[in-house]
Amino acid sequence: MKKALLLLLPSIALLAAGSAQVSGKRDLNISAIVMFLLFVALTLFITYWAAKRTRTAKDFYTAGGGITGLQNGLALAGDYMSAASFLGISGLVYLKGYDGLIYSIGFLVGWPFVLFLIAEKLRNLGKYTFADVVSFRLKPGPTRTLAALGSIATVLLYLIAQMVGSGKLIQVLFGLNYAYAVIIVGVLMILYVTFGGMLATTWVQIIKAVLLLAGATFMALAVMVHFGFSLEALFEKAVQTHPDGIKIMEPGGLVSDPISAISLGIALMFGLAGLPHILMRFFTVADAKEARKSVFFATGFIGYFYVLTFIIGFGAIVFVMKNPQYLDETGKIIGGNNMAAIHLAHAVGGNFFLGFISAVAFATILAVVSGLTLAGASAISHDLYASVIKKGKVDEITEMKVSKIATLIIGILAILLGIAFEKQNIAFMVGLAFAIAASANFPVLFLSMYWKGLTTKGAFRGGLLGLLTAIILVILGPTVWVDVLGNPEPIFPYKYPALFSVTVAFIGIWFFSIIDNSPEAKEEREKFEAQFIRALTGIGAEGASKH
Amino acid sequence: MKKEVLEKLKQNPRLWELIERRERFSWTMAIILLIGYYSYILVIAFDPKLLGRPIKEGMVTTIGIPVGIGVIVFAFILTGIYVYKANKEFDVITKELQESVKDLL
Repeated sequence: MKKALLLLLPSIALLAAGSAQVSGKRDLNISAIVMFLLFVALTLFITYWAAKRTRTAKDFYTAGGGITGLQNGLALAGDYMSAASFLGISGLVYLKGYDGLIYSIGFLVGWPFVLFLIAEKLRNLGKYTFADVVSFRLKPGPTRTLAALGSIATVLLYLIAQMVGSGKLIQVLFGLNYAYAVIIVGVLMILYVTFGGMLATTWVQIIKAVLLLAGATFMALAVMVHFGFSLEALFEKAVQTHPDGIKIMEPGGLVSDPISAISLGIALMFGLAGLPHILMRFFTVADAKEARKSVFFATGFIGYFYVLTFIIGFGAIVFVMKNPQYLDETGKIIGGNNMAAIHLAHAVGGNFFLGFISAVAFATILAVVSGLTLAGASAISHDLYASVIKKGKVDEITEMKVSKIATLIIGILAILLGIAFEKQNIAFMVGLAFAIAASANFPVLFLSMYWKGLTTKGAFRGGLLGLLTAIILVILGPTVWVDVLGNPEPIFPYKYPALFSVTVAFIGIWFFSIIDNSPEAKEEREKFEAQFIRALTGIGAEGASKH
Repeated sequence: MKKEVLEKLKQNPRLWELIERRERFSWTMAIILLIGYYSYILVIAFDPKLLGRPIKEGMVTTIGIPVGIGVIVFAFILTGIYVYKANKEFDVITKELQESVKDLL
């Protein structure tokens, strides 16, 4: 299998270079291709190294539990700093100015929340997935099935959004055919995950996070140097350049009514606490203390990154918006607003730096989809197969085999769906993923850790209710009912359903729990005390494996 | 967790001290965060012009800029305070509790 890895490398290189030459969509970007190939070579080498160290299921799911707080902080930040958030938020700042900052703040504040209430208890109670925590004292059958459904739904939606975004991005950056781009991303991600498991996935994520932070820092510095490190001078020039003038310095129409504002805040904050690929990372560290440190580092890196994207967005207004080099015949920015940061890279650092940022964007996509795929595969192999179908009576080797097969299936599915959704409007998908995470995964996880009264029936029925409410409200809302299905008016007026669907989930779980007077429910409530003490002290928690 | 471990822990007053102090601290921090973030969001929802005022007459930079960056820094400082206090105070008690039941594990 290791030989297969090494043999694949040159063929990917040929594929990338070959199709870039035949496509005339963009000039051949040699430096981007060379740097990207270097990244691929390095990550495949890491996968080879990790494959030798991935022997047990614990290695596969959690990298043996020996990742340090700083490393995990970088990996968590890497999971969160996707190409969509780098290009999307800098593009939003470029288009709307201040509103971009409001968005990034929403994305950031979920982290301290996870730190204060979730991270350490999660680490002390779970083993591989957050469903371990939910089923700690509840019946594994129904609760794991629900958690796995929530995980798979979140992962698939997120994954399709990333695949389609990446295909389009790579098309513009490298001049590569859309389908080829999606296939390359899919194949590499399958290789990383099946052979290298969590260890390879984590290191790919760490390397990419460092590259992305370094690249964004350089861009922000290059912009600031131009203005003698005066933000006021930068803003002044941006206001003169932007057609909206001084309006870009104040909140615009992004969050117009209080309901939408609060609902978006809830979706982002609680959604983060329900994203399976993020939650899974807390099992890769040795103990609660390292879990805690990792969120501190992650919050720092992500906060710093958002400040950089804000400067980059304003820099793009100044250097890209009026520069004919980056505009098409109609005066619009080539490749759309999301390309603002990429064009800025060229404006401040020339072809070489453009190549670097393009390669980093590609690397970012690879790292994020790998983390998602691993989380999805774990839900299938650990939660559904080993715990629900085999009721825990399965050996590690078989469980790992199932998870590799699951990785392969998810990978192929992601490639096919990525190609199928090329021309579809997929803007609703990330929003829906966050809504499901906030309305199904989060309430069940949160109450299982904090509420003694929770029972299996309550968790299952209430969680399912939250899941369905989130999906139905997104379909009836403006993003699907109007933008995708083409109806003139939405049935549900708000873009973000979280305020309603999270409330429904909590009330549902509460109601179905308190009316549950079965003997099992009594037993489940009695088990809470022992669970709570373990969550707090870590006594009896999973340790790191030694090797 | 074995029954005797649990029983021994429950007899230890340090456990109840940890539960009380630690839970109160976590929830206080979470509530400070929510108040900080939602005050910002509600100002945007109800009075966006407030953040659109220049920080000084004749300047382009608005109040919204330091406030927005301030929320990011505020979130990071909160995580710092939490980690500092947990490392310094709560881990000591946790270690003590772990030691007390070491022979029973």
